[in-house]
Amino acid sequence: MRYTLLTYTRPEDFAKVPPEELGQLKGLFGAYIGALKEAGILAGVDWLQPTSVATTVSEGGDRIQDGPYADSKETLGGYMTIDVPDLDTAIAWAKKCPIAKIGAVEIRPSASEE
Amino acid sequence: MSAEARMAKVMRASYGRLLAILASSGGDIIAAEDALSDAFSKALIHWSKEMPRNPEAWLLTVARNRLKDIYRKDKRIEFHDEVPEPEQVEVTIDSIPDDRLKLMFVCAHPAIDARIRTPLMLQTVVGLDSETIAHAFLLPPATMAKRLVRAKTKIKASAVAFRVPEPEELDDRVSAVLEAIYGTFSRDWLAENTLAEEAFFLATLLADLLPNNAEVLGLAAVIAFMLSRQGARIRDGEFVPLEEQDPALWDHTLMQQARAYLTKAQLIGELGRFQLEAAVHAVHADRFNTGTINWDALVHLYRGLSHLAPTIGTTVSYAAALGRAIGPKEGLAALMRIDSKVRVSFAPAQAVEAHFLEQMGRTEKAAAAYDLAIALTVEAPLRAHLAAKREALTPKLH
Repeated sequence: MRYTLLTYTRPEDFAKVPPEELGQLKGLFGAYIGALKEAGILAGVDWLQPTSVATTVSEGGDRIQDGPYADSKETLGGYMTIDVPDLDTAIAWAKKCPIAKIGAVEIRPSASEE
Repeated sequence: MSAEARMAKVMRASYGRLLAILASSGGDIIAAEDALSDAFSKALIHWSKEMPRNPEAWLLTVARNRLKDIYRKDKRIEFHDEVPEPEQVEVTIDSIPDDRLKLMFVCAHPAIDARIRTPLMLQTVVGLDSETIAHAFLLPPATMAKRLVRAKTKIKASAVAFRVPEPEELDDRVSAVLEAIYGTFSRDWLAENTLAEEAFFLATLLADLLPNNAEVLGLAAVIAFMLSRQGARIRDGEFVPLEEQDPALWDHTLMQQARAYLTKAQLIGELGRFQLEAAVHAVHADRFNTGTINWDALVHLYRGLSHLAPTIGTTVSYAAALGRAIGPKEGLAALMRIDSKVRVSFAPAQAVEAHFLEQMGRTEKAAAAYDLAIALTVEAPLRAHLAAKREALTPKLH
């Protein structure tokens, strides 16, 4: 079963983190992605620039907007798609994600049947 | 026995067992329920002609065939409706694996909303219909049905595994199951039509399936003790406090059972919340033989409980026991350590406070505390009890 782990953080919390800790966090995140690859379960991954540079298209393209679709304190920062047998395994991996300590990781099962 | 009566009997005894095995094979509770209800409706037709030798195995065969139809992607093929010959099925219910423990862990999975875990367990493991559950939980049947379907859909969609958790997470997961069972028992505990029997069924089932877990045994003991006193807690519509109940009205067979669970739990040598609560009940049960209540033992047990599971209820019970063991002044002092905002909005705290104030001769303050306790109480028998105590003070007020 494929699950996508969506990471959410508050950008304002990030702004408070000292640069050396930020570097450490990046290192941890890199190691985490490495572990997912090592386990042979990583099916896709990306992390995103802040919502300040987002552009939103809606109403069939009639509306093009500067900014994110939804204004919220927590923003989507990235995703990892993993292929594991069940929700418990997905939860175990989400717990290991460094973002789970400073923000939240939302687990969404895939709707695609392959 | 008619086919209908026989079917009702099988349904009561084996519904959860059959559903668990059907659901755990594909992780789809809704499909398993549909397949099982189809099997029961076929039984109604076929069993009146000839009763199968092993009814549960017959139902399982029919339901499994139906499940294959449900899972088949090509829906154009006709559902097959043939049923096994009554003599054909050789297996008995005891040779079918018991997957109910896995089903209980699924119902109380951390990914499932805590408020729906108890109803889900009552529907799938006990086999209660959603309308009865809705009634017990004071919700409109449509709302309850919708929430149950949502939980079952999530279990299937996110592939919640039907398995017994790994040892390192077992304690947390067992706690969630215990909470869900306790939730069955503790809701509307003074109402006549409670789910107490169902809670006891679930607790003893869990104790059979996890016989080496002290807390599981502790909960079975707690529920058995509480159930054993059901006939003694209301007299003429008025609530009777535990220490004033007539021990002759207690169900002593059930109490024996409760003690046996508690002894087994204590032999394991791991202290836990439910085991301590069961020990509290056992102290009260001793009154049948000794004629007295060992308040010192209760103080000791409640002190342990407030370390293991600190709740406002435990603190109030501790203060109440301390007041009995030493004196009302000490009891009141323990009660005053509770945050005043919390204290004035919790009926049991007000009732205990009123009782101690009354004993200390502070009648006016006691009357005010009883008034507040009555205002905070919804259960009619409990209100009647508090009103009677309040009424007894009136002549002493000037």
